Amino acid sequence: MIIGLSHYLVVAAILFTIGVFGIFINRKNVIIILMCIELILLAVNINFVAFSTHMGDIAGQVFAMFILTIAAAEAAIGLAILVVYFRNRGNIAVEDIDLMKG
Amino acid sequence: MENFVEILPGLTFYTLSAVAVAAAFMVIAARNPVHSVMYLILTFFSAAGLFVLMGAEFLALLLIMVYVGAVAVLFLFVVMMLDVDFVEMKQGFLQYLPIGGVVACILLAEMIMVGAASLVNPGESVKYATGGTSNIEAIGNVLYTQYAFFFEAVGLILLLAMVGAIVLTLRKRGGVKKQNVSAQIARTREGGVELVDVKPGEGIGS
Repeated sequence: MIIGLSHYLVVAAILFTIGVFGIFINRKNVIIILMCIELILLAVNINFVAFSTHMGDIAGQVFAMFILTIAAAEAAIGLAILVVYFRNRGNIAVEDIDLMKG
Repeated sequence: MENFVEILPGLTFYTLSAVAVAAAFMVIAARNPVHSVMYLILTFFSAAGLFVLMGAEFLALLLIMVYVGAVAVLFLFVVMMLDVDFVEMKQGFLQYLPIGGVVACILLAEMIMVGAASLVNPGESVKYATGGTSNIEAIGNVLYTQYAFFFEAVGLILLLAMVGAIVLTLRKRGGVKKQNVSAQIARTREGGVELVDVKPGEGIGS
């Protein structure tokens, strides 16, 4: 059985969709939203690596590594903001985060 | 036996992707955020398996180390540190289900259309990018030469994230006794010692 590029792209597409779907249905829990962002970035990473191995170009894997780094940085900052917000307000409900009236 | 060897890559691929997709769905569906983090770990583990299957061993190990070792633990730490009533947070789950479902279906349909279009003229099977040398060697060859600037920029971003997280979560508590070294060193004799001329029989009083 030959597993081609499109197989990996479909898996990445499903993961991406689950990530976006999760952001929509978990409108109350910031932690789940952050995890959904991680899922979306994972889907992007799978795409990068699949194309990299398919095209025979290592650049895709280097970029996937950079995305991994940025995802880690983003998780750290996001969780730090979450901790500070919880300390000030006592809860982390997304609907209550309207201090800036955006 | 030969038949089994033939179907092994396909079997591995479908097992790993099924586990990854199911775990990703459980991440958004689980009631308890701790379970969500566990399912996230499972998702990333399966994705690492997919990476190995594609021939990107270094990235697979990096994924496990960075995500399972650092990010997931960070998530767990925050989930357990924040004393939030998560059961109450799940209220209104169904409220956003229709709009979220519509957006997800549209997204998935679009991506499936693109995939179907590429299926019309299918590419050959996944080739290995390494070309003789190992995967990690190939990455190292370009990472420190062609992408050296990006590498350093990413390092700077990580430093920025670290400093930012520390600055955000740092807080001064009142009533903590701490050694102030500079104040100790800056002390002079005049500030620390007082000479009192004591008259006989009087004492220094109080």
